[in-house]
Amino acid sequence: MALVPVYLPMAETAIDGLLLVGIGSGVGLLSGLFGVGGGFLITPLLIFLGVPPAVAAATGANTVIASSASGALAHWQRGTLDVKMGLLLLAGGLAGSAASVRLFGILAAMGQIDLVVSLSYVLLLGGVGAMMFAESVRGFLPGARKAAPAVPRAPFGANMPWKTAFPRSGVETSALSPVILGFIVGVMTGLMGVGGGFLLVPAMIYLLGMPTTTVVGTSLFQILFVSANVTFLQAWSHHTVDVVLAALLVAGGVVAAPYGAKLGARLGAARLRVLLALLVLTVAIGLGVGLVRQPADLYSIRIDVSQSGDKDQTP
Amino acid sequence: MIRALAIVLFVLAGTAAARAQALVADLSSHLIAITTGFSGTELLLFGAKEGEGDVVVIVRGPDGDTTVRRKSRVAGIWINRDDLRFAGVPSFYRVAASRPLADFVPASLRQRHQIGVEYLRLQPARELNSEDTAAFRAGMIRNKEAVRLYDPEVGRVSFLGNRLFRTRIVFPANVPTGNYTVEVLLVNGGQVIAAQTTPMYVSKVGVGADIYDFAHDYAALYGLIAIFLAVAAGWGAGVVFRK
Repeated sequence: MALVPVYLPMAETAIDGLLLVGIGSGVGLLSGLFGVGGGFLITPLLIFLGVPPAVAAATGANTVIASSASGALAHWQRGTLDVKMGLLLLAGGLAGSAASVRLFGILAAMGQIDLVVSLSYVLLLGGVGAMMFAESVRGFLPGARKAAPAVPRAPFGANMPWKTAFPRSGVETSALSPVILGFIVGVMTGLMGVGGGFLLVPAMIYLLGMPTTTVVGTSLFQILFVSANVTFLQAWSHHTVDVVLAALLVAGGVVAAPYGAKLGARLGAARLRVLLALLVLTVAIGLGVGLVRQPADLYSIRIDVSQSGDKDQTP
Repeated sequence: MIRALAIVLFVLAGTAAARAQALVADLSSHLIAITTGFSGTELLLFGAKEGEGDVVVIVRGPDGDTTVRRKSRVAGIWINRDDLRFAGVPSFYRVAASRPLADFVPASLRQRHQIGVEYLRLQPARELNSEDTAAFRAGMIRNKEAVRLYDPEVGRVSFLGNRLFRTRIVFPANVPTGNYTVEVLLVNGGQVIAAQTTPMYVSKVGVGADIYDFAHDYAALYGLIAIFLAVAAGWGAGVVFRK
């Protein structure tokens, strides 16, 4: 049973506070370790604990702000943040996240939000995880070492208009490509409550041809503002951000993240990538099984607005 | 002086009325306050009856609409395909009785007083064949039971001697807020011979209530505060842990 039950005012249920701080630190450790926001772990875990999916996604976005704020700050001080690229990504990201908050409301009313969220997770996490895994395993094979950073192709959208130079990252591409990329990631952020780092980082490396040095800082910059935008819009239009829940998760997260970062430095980049790939694949497979396996109960309920707020209940 | 006299008279009249009544009952509290540490609670309902009969207690949360969705398999994936909305769905529902209901409450009475989940009058928003309607209805009740808002078990009303009775009503952490009714029936020979309805209120109080109200009344400001807190926590931790 719950040791320190805490009533979450927006989720409208009580969950053990220690458990939430624990989840926050676990995810914080992983996010420090891998340099990701951790939203892709928080949202499914919260749903599993009985938080309504809409509140889980919106509050997940809120917690991502904290982890990306400290990360972005560090990279900005170190000069490994491409502000020009970040602002263009952000322009797309803000539009995408605004669109997705709308879409979230429509899908929730249709009863398809859970499906879309799960499907997006499975397809995106599965795809990205498989790519990362294949890539890291290739890196470990003897003889294939030197061919590792394979970015020979022209960056995505190189032949689109408004060719722009990004001196900090040393790439030259159309200004439209980061905007489009940011838009896609912004939509994911709103729907899935994730920062999108696991999508954005590989996309920036493989599609925009950015060097790994500026990729992490720049993606954190974009994630910070996009998740702030999602938090604001979800709070404003759906009242689904639970600050008590977010505070508990963040409290655990900020304490654990630096230890994750230290551990990460000791493990080394190659091993880290395999582990992250495995983690991402595990989450994707788990959610995928949930979609394919016959649910324990084919029926689910949604209490309408008139009664006690706009929320889904998935036991 | 006159007021004191009026109160005395009123109280005397009340006691006299109570003596004539076949049934009186009250709750240990008429308010469930959901505070920050709230993890569910229980109330004691106690009362006295005159004469023969068994006691049935029905607790109902505020009614509302609930949509039930049914998944079916499409291209190997389970997705929500059909739905049915019901009106008149109590957000919370419990029944307790002094004996097994089947032994002393005829079906007509259960129908009339909605005694037991299977007798709830839920109004489907559209006509389906009776088999589907029943399946959606059962699906909803299962879901409500899974989150402990309904209880498949009938609670126990216990007697202390012949007249006094009591029962415990358990409310889980996710108890919906609003106005509740607690209906106490005295049933004898398949008839309700006395009834009493007591109101009850579930409300968020304290910090949780303030947050909830603030989030609804000042949604934009609430969103900004949520962002500010997260940025401050992240930024602050970044500064503290760097050295």
